[in-house]
Amino acid sequence: MDGILDLVRRKSASIALIIGVFVVWELACLVGGISDIVLPRPSQIIASLIEYWPAIQPHAAQTLFTTLVGFAIGVVIGILFGVGIGSSRLAYDTAYPLLVGISSIPKVAVVPIFVLWFGAGTVPAILTAAIISIFPIVVNVATGIATVEPELEDVMKTLKASKWDILWNVSLPRSMPYFFASLKVAVTLAFVGSVVAETVASNRGIGNMMMVASSTFNVPLVFAGLFILAGLGVGLYALFSIAESRVTGWAHRKDLAVT
Amino acid sequence: MTRALAAVAAIPDDDMAAQKSGKSPRVSHARPFIAFEKVSVRFGKGDKQVQALAETSLAIHEGDFVALVGPSGCGKSTLLKLVGDLLKPSTGHVFVAGREIGATPIRIGMAYQNPTLLPWLTIRDNVMMPLKIVAPFRSQFRAKRRGEFRDRADALLAQVGLAGFGDKYPWQLSGGMMQRANLCRALVHEPDLLLLDEPFGALDQFTREELWQIMQELWMAKKTTVLLVTHDLREAAFLANRICVMSARPGRILDDSPVDFARPRSIDMTYEPDFVALNQQLRSLIVAARGGTGIVQAGGH
Repeated sequence: MDGILDLVRRKSASIALIIGVFVVWELACLVGGISDIVLPRPSQIIASLIEYWPAIQPHAAQTLFTTLVGFAIGVVIGILFGVGIGSSRLAYDTAYPLLVGISSIPKVAVVPIFVLWFGAGTVPAILTAAIISIFPIVVNVATGIATVEPELEDVMKTLKASKWDILWNVSLPRSMPYFFASLKVAVTLAFVGSVVAETVASNRGIGNMMMVASSTFNVPLVFAGLFILAGLGVGLYALFSIAESRVTGWAHRKDLAVT
Repeated sequence: MTRALAAVAAIPDDDMAAQKSGKSPRVSHARPFIAFEKVSVRFGKGDKQVQALAETSLAIHEGDFVALVGPSGCGKSTLLKLVGDLLKPSTGHVFVAGREIGATPIRIGMAYQNPTLLPWLTIRDNVMMPLKIVAPFRSQFRAKRRGEFRDRADALLAQVGLAGFGDKYPWQLSGGMMQRANLCRALVHEPDLLLLDEPFGALDQFTREELWQIMQELWMAKKTTVLLVTHDLREAAFLANRICVMSARPGRILDDSPVDFARPRSIDMTYEPDFVALNQQLRSLIVAARGGTGIVQAGGH
């Protein structure tokens, strides 16, 4: 019972904070007389969300689609690279500087290149989402695999375990907590990637919708786009949090230790 | 010092031969199970090169329980790693069952001070891990994991006092219990050779003594060849049939003597004069090996 009450208390505090932010925002706009062309009130934003929903919905679906496809590509490549780099000291030392270099490039800068190669539209958005989400996954998976206790590796080696045996039975399960932590970061980053690409070079997606809305000074609709993005981001984050606690509950034993 | 301070290829004494008679040895006494021939190990290159193990020869017979003691950093663990084929000697050869190491496939069990149980597996699944890896169990694992292998793991767990803990996870166990499970994991595939690197080092004295007794029972039941690295002289004298004292780096074997207290040995025995005398003798050897900074009780008996 205490656990449930505690959970309610923690959740209610964060819900209260979110509502509080919106209330303060609403009141500040009303009291300060801020024009809705500069900063619309939350109530106006929600109103325009409802008003334009039929128009927003396909854009939201498009953004969700590009983000998830890009993210999936990023996860697959990220795991492959992470396993490769984490399994060998040489690969780790060799590839790490290159990875850091690539990850330091602002991803906005590569969108024009993708547009040049693939034309404007869905493909650059997917690729940008993929490339932006690869790095955190590679780094985390590689760390999880590279930090297997040497004693445990010795035990496995005296059992004549092959590299594959060790990877499958020890390294991969061990890197799961790292992997899921990186998924939560990567999925929010993937949204950044796809929206940036849509803003620059697409005629579909939330990013594009916000561009069009701002050029017609429909500021509440611009903000409605932000709300949609925030909602999608939070939803996917929550999804991976749940998956994480299912798969890697053993790594968070403090939460489970309560009988 | 009455003992010859020399690296000796030991000749099994009568006591050991008697204890082995219960199990027909696969290797004749003339040919040791494990033999080091002029093995040395160096780490690093050039100026930074460190000699971890000086030229060492040593013979271990099947069914031996050998303890390696010595000052820290003396190469005890290096010796263990050589036997486990985790490390290649810089010079010399390690022979197992008469052939160069690696040529004869033997089953090895290993346990370190750090229990290294996998936190995402239950204790039983942790114990069964070697069966998943080691031939010939490997090919039968899928078929027998819920039957024979499971029973085998449970039986071992019961033997070390962990009956009923098979479904628990490692973090639900105390340090001593995890170390028991670690021993089970090292033994479940019925190894020909057991390598123990200070397995009881991190435990409190009472838990440690309890585990010594369990270890003794396990060994008396199976007569597996054991190589035990330890800092604890009482532990060495309690468990082993033979104690090798190593010098400070670069390690070499200073003294190699049999321990012939009757088995089963009891903890009380470790306070009897003979046992204490052996401990003192070992201690003075190690103090001397460290450079003699301690108070040396010369000629402990």
